[in-house]
Amino acid sequence: MLTFDSLRLASPYYNDNHAEWRSQLRKFVEREIMPHVDDWEEACDLPQALWHKAAEVGLLQLGYPEQYGGLTEGTDIFHTIIAVEELSRTGAGGIYATLMVHGIGLPPVVHFGSDYLKNMVIAPVLSGEKHISLAITEPGGGSDVANLSTSAVRDGDHYIINGSKTFITGGIRADWYTVAVRTGGEGVGGISMILVPADAAGFSRTPLNKKQGWWCSDTATLYFDNVRVPASYLIGAENQGFMPIVHNFNNERLALTAGALASAKVCIEEAAAWAKERKTFGKPLSKHQVIRHKFAEMVRQVNATQAYMDSCAWQIQNGKAKPADIALLKVQATMVMEFCAREALQILGGAGYMRGCKSERIYREVRVNAIGGGSEEIMRDLAARQLGL
Amino acid sequence: MKVLVAVKRVIDYNVKVRVKPDNSDVDLTNVKMAMNPFCEIAVEEAVRLKEKGVATEVVVVSIGPKVAQEQIRTALALGADRGILIETEEKLESLTVAKLLKAVVEKEQPQLVLMGKQTIDSDNNQTGQMLGALTNMAQGTFASEVAVDGDKVNVTREIDGGLRTVALKLPAIVTTDLRLNEPRYASLPNIMKAKRKPLDVTTPADLGVAMTSTLSLVKVTPPAERQAGIKVGSVEELVEKLKNEAKVL
Ligand SMILES: Cc1cc2nc3c(=O)[nH]c(=O)nc-3n(C[C@H](O)[C@H](O)[C@H](O)COP(=O)(O)OP(=O)(O)OC[C@H]3O[C@@H](n4cnc5c(N)ncnc54)[C@H](O)[C@@H]3O)c2cc1C
Repeated sequence: MLTFDSLRLASPYYNDNHAEWRSQLRKFVEREIMPHVDDWEEACDLPQALWHKAAEVGLLQLGYPEQYGGLTEGTDIFHTIIAVEELSRTGAGGIYATLMVHGIGLPPVVHFGSDYLKNMVIAPVLSGEKHISLAITEPGGGSDVANLSTSAVRDGDHYIINGSKTFITGGIRADWYTVAVRTGGEGVGGISMILVPADAAGFSRTPLNKKQGWWCSDTATLYFDNVRVPASYLIGAENQGFMPIVHNFNNERLALTAGALASAKVCIEEAAAWAKERKTFGKPLSKHQVIRHKFAEMVRQVNATQAYMDSCAWQIQNGKAKPADIALLKVQATMVMEFCAREALQILGGAGYMRGCKSERIYREVRVNAIGGGSEEIMRDLAARQLGL
Repeated sequence: MKVLVAVKRVIDYNVKVRVKPDNSDVDLTNVKMAMNPFCEIAVEEAVRLKEKGVATEVVVVSIGPKVAQEQIRTALALGADRGILIETEEKLESLTVAKLLKAVVEKEQPQLVLMGKQTIDSDNNQTGQMLGALTNMAQGTFASEVAVDGDKVNVTREIDGGLRTVALKLPAIVTTDLRLNEPRYASLPNIMKAKRKPLDVTTPADLGVAMTSTLSLVKVTPPAERQAGIKVGSVEELVEKLKNEAKVL
């Protein structure tokens, strides 16, 4: 039978400890998340209690330094991939995107922040008490990061921030934002990263809750109107903000890959169960050659992506990753997700068009994966540049 | 108080079991294995007793191949303190298992032995009872509630048509039923800690137990496939069919 689990290739990168983590996490997801997914999606919200539960099972802490309450000992990048896969198995990508949004908001603080910032921010985020989001994209543009325009002007021992950010995941719930601002001249050399607390005077936010997908995820537009932030909230050095932005790109793209690939597997599983049951023209759908070949084609693409992903993960872990390969991996994964969502819906027919079907939701989540975290066009362009073209 | 918990590696309960084409046994190739669900309930109960301060040490024992260490590690991640694997590739029968457990009981001297009422592979439901007979310990089977009270343990048992509570003098054996508790999931930090907990490996020979078999498996057959249903046009037709075809009315 074609299932989420049967679609996992045996791989030298995973050991017993990974298997144990997957099976315990599966229980967590089955008990604490699965029964509520549809309700949370319709309510366009996730309960705060989910963060505390995720901290109890160790999800939030995975990969962060132990001195701040994180968990690194004995773990590696494949534990993280498993976390993404098992959360994505819910068939609601908004859950991973929001519950684990600190995965993009926190690394700049962890790797470039002062001890003062680290002590203030990391532990409460990892315990699920506080939330942190990453704010790069602006109404004026997302792909062209080097041209962002939100400004931070030094005024004594403060910065005064003006401008706006949009499409910010976790943006309504966040207590802190890791914000990319312009402190210097044009281009990448004038960008800094700074921590902005949500309760700062002059800061406001509005929800963007009419989205194609990721309904349970809170997305926001942020407004900075003469927001004064202590200069000590600067993450890294002034005008050196591009490094903290790109530093986490490989990990972010790998996580997006794992999520897109897991979503593709959910589609295949759902469509396969249906195709074996549903009879047309006197036999199960799965016995019609056109449909069988759809499955063969989906599995071919999923297998190739899986092998590519595991190899890239190993490269990242061992400091051997080439950004071009990781960028193209993300393109590969979102295209496979798109293909599988399409084919699954064709196989499911009218039933697949109805809410309550995982593939239907995943179909609506294809674009955010293909656009967010570096769009397919931008990823290809970056790869071509890296390849010396 | 020391608690001994017996756990068995069996086919994961989510897996659809397939019979080998020659009907000689169930096909185990490439099948996902896991801890027997009733054993998981036993581990959970032991860990809860420890959290309540009633138990001081939880020892987990499993009998099976080397890979059964995985199930012991799971129990350690769930909160047990140390593990013992009695390693054997032989087929397991209830009586041999009970004899092996008796040897462990003699060595470890637990006050309470917790085990599943049955394993979902062979569904024998007799190992706990056999261990009771061999060790002369009191037994409370099919437990839906376990309350240790001084040198006694009160066990609420699920019996046909109701509940029955028995008070057993410790040391005692308790076998678990489904409603005793809902087992927890292990956290990632506890999975990592479990790697460092002691796990001793021994063999039936070390314990002086011969793996003699008193049973031979004759045949395994899958349950009959369910027949496809039919649609009836009216209530009258349904009644007619129930009367004349199904002959249940
Ligand atoms: C649900 C959701 C959540 C998000 N969460 C966050 C978040 O938490 N934090 C955050 O900072 N951002 C977030 N984003 C924003 C996301 O990163 C941006 O949408 C993305 O970077 C693209 O930017 P843009 O939307 O401004 O599109 P644009 O940059 O305007 O691009 C529009 C289109 O043109 C293409 N394009 C642009 N330039 C070129 C070029 N040179 N050559 C060819 N094609 C080009 C792009 O690929 C895209 O298809 C989120 C977006 C969504 C939808």
